[in-house]
Amino acid sequence: MTSIFKTFMLATTVAAAPLMVATTASAEGEKYILVSHAPDSDSWWNTIKNGIALAGEQMNVEVEYRNPPTGDLADMARIIEQAAASGPNGIITTLSDYEVLSGPIRAAVDSGVDVIIMNSGTPDQAREVGALMYVGQPEYDAGHAAGMRAKADGVGSFLCVNHYISSPSSTERCQGFADGLGVELGDQMIDSGQDPAEIKNRVLAYLNTNPETDAILTLGPTSADPTMLALDENGMAGDIYFGTFDLGEEIVKGLKSGVINWGIDQQPFLQAYLPVVVLTNYHRYGVLPGNNINSGPGFVTKDGLEKVEQFAGEYR
Amino acid sequence: MSDAQTQFADDERIKNRSKFREAMIRPELGGIIGTIAVFAMFLIFAGDSGMFNSQGVMNWSQISAQFMIIAVGACLLMIAGEFDLSVGSMIGFAGMLIAIFSVTLGWPVWLAILVTFAIATAIGALNGFIVVRTGLPSFIVTLAFLFILRGFAIYLPQTIERKTIIGGVADAAEGDWLASLFGGKILTGLFQWFGDNGWIAVFERGTRKGQPVVDGLPMLIVWAILLVIVGHVILTKTRFGNWIFAAGGDAEAARNSGVPVNRVKILMFMFTAFCATVFATCQVMEFGGAGSDRGLLKEFEAIIAVVIGGALLTGGYGSVVGAALGALIFGVVQQGLFFAGVESSLFRVFLGLILLFAVILNTYIRRVITGER
Repeated sequence: MTSIFKTFMLATTVAAAPLMVATTASAEGEKYILVSHAPDSDSWWNTIKNGIALAGEQMNVEVEYRNPPTGDLADMARIIEQAAASGPNGIITTLSDYEVLSGPIRAAVDSGVDVIIMNSGTPDQAREVGALMYVGQPEYDAGHAAGMRAKADGVGSFLCVNHYISSPSSTERCQGFADGLGVELGDQMIDSGQDPAEIKNRVLAYLNTNPETDAILTLGPTSADPTMLALDENGMAGDIYFGTFDLGEEIVKGLKSGVINWGIDQQPFLQAYLPVVVLTNYHRYGVLPGNNINSGPGFVTKDGLEKVEQFAGEYR
Repeated sequence: MSDAQTQFADDERIKNRSKFREAMIRPELGGIIGTIAVFAMFLIFAGDSGMFNSQGVMNWSQISAQFMIIAVGACLLMIAGEFDLSVGSMIGFAGMLIAIFSVTLGWPVWLAILVTFAIATAIGALNGFIVVRTGLPSFIVTLAFLFILRGFAIYLPQTIERKTIIGGVADAAEGDWLASLFGGKILTGLFQWFGDNGWIAVFERGTRKGQPVVDGLPMLIVWAILLVIVGHVILTKTRFGNWIFAAGGDAEAARNSGVPVNRVKILMFMFTAFCATVFATCQVMEFGGAGSDRGLLKEFEAIIAVVIGGALLTGGYGSVVGAALGALIFGVVQQGLFFAGVESSLFRVFLGLILLFAVILNTYIRRVITGER
């Protein structure tokens, strides 16, 4: 039996080692926690992590990033409750489903934590839960603007590759695009899943059965990168009208080579960076911008790609 | 029973074991040691981080209760010698059914819940029926249902409502007698009294100023405790409990001595589905809606809780109390690491270490019991 106890003590010590390191490394000063709805597999959020890390460093505050590993929004609600219980100065969170998340967020606000809504949700919803402000890109409006632009370029039908179908804001982008074009969304949106090979082959299959499709809309690097491979494979690269949300290394290459017509940059860096700066200044000097901050949409095209290219996937 | 035991105490067929040895081979042992160790550790490393204030305690209690609800089902099924990998998908599927019935079709919420329970347990029975009839490993059969149910959980709302999250259940459930059994809170007066006396935190501002931040005991936790008690009593105090052990220990021997092994296994699959649906209903009522991706990977979390709690993967051995402690450890570790300020990705490393340790301890216990070396 003693050997079992020895093993256990050893396991405890090994497991506890990171705890001790982490607690001694924490800085003095304000503490802010950013909670997102993104599953671990979504690489787009890397820019968010870089954004809060840089802001934390520059403002000399403690920052932390938290997300539900599988993207389960009920888990995310618990994370918000947990973040509030740990008594930070502020919480920065997405509001990707009002019904699930508004309760925990409002409870956090009422218990004395300042909250800023970023990325998902609407300015109205942010006000309703008692948040200080909303920093992000109104998704439906961004999709709508993109649809209007595509319509002006002569597009009449499209394929929306939705890799995150369980998030309402993803569907809003596709819906906004359809409304901007003035067509029914109907079956033009496909649930592609998150696996690159599956996405690629579903796009191939769709274009095979619907060869008259004018345009493709992808919702981020997760779906854009495999879609580009699909277009390479069936020879439609550069031929079909291709717009995407968000930027990434491959998307920038696609823009450069003319495969992608435009990318809608919602500037995730600013969505993560600005709330930390705003909160810190609010807590230190009591100053607060009087309005919400729209970080996007900004259309990125082939012109003026240099800075974008340099920082794609890192700060852009 | 106790009279009978003393009467047979000198029976030469019963092997004498010391009290110490009896205690050592209890399946809960690992869980008890683990619980003490985990709490001691977090009291040291995260004692002043908010983990043990009222909000913090409620937070990890709710997470642990979630694990407990599905772990009770998984535990009894595992003792009966089978697995269910469709638990996570069942959570998403059952939640979606409730939302579709009550919001899209406009049924009263109590009816939506009852029909969902009927469908879910029927699917559990189908799982079990296929397993006992074909003799295929339950691993494979329930893996198939993992995909089937997840597929329906995405397909149904997509087809009916063109979205994968259906909200509005909270409004529909307003004043519903059955819904309040899953989504409500009890002992609210007691918590208000705690708050008034300053023992737990109260809201500092907003419309709920003066009310306690934790304003009651959620039904989720009540269900967890209830299921643990019921599961424990069935397993240890009834003839049916013995049948469960027998079915998982040696099915052939059990059959020969008249245990209805197939019926026991099918019932356990139904019970697992029932537990998953309890989880789903509580979640839908609390968050007011159902999402297609609810419950991802929960089947493994249930199995992990059961294994930490000392049940053997091969069946025939384990305890509901152990599984409940396993769920408690799991919940406390998952939430506690955050309070201690550990990078959240390290949670998995830690969990892996606990699991590994639990399995090593289990193996040791099995050797003690069987005498193998």
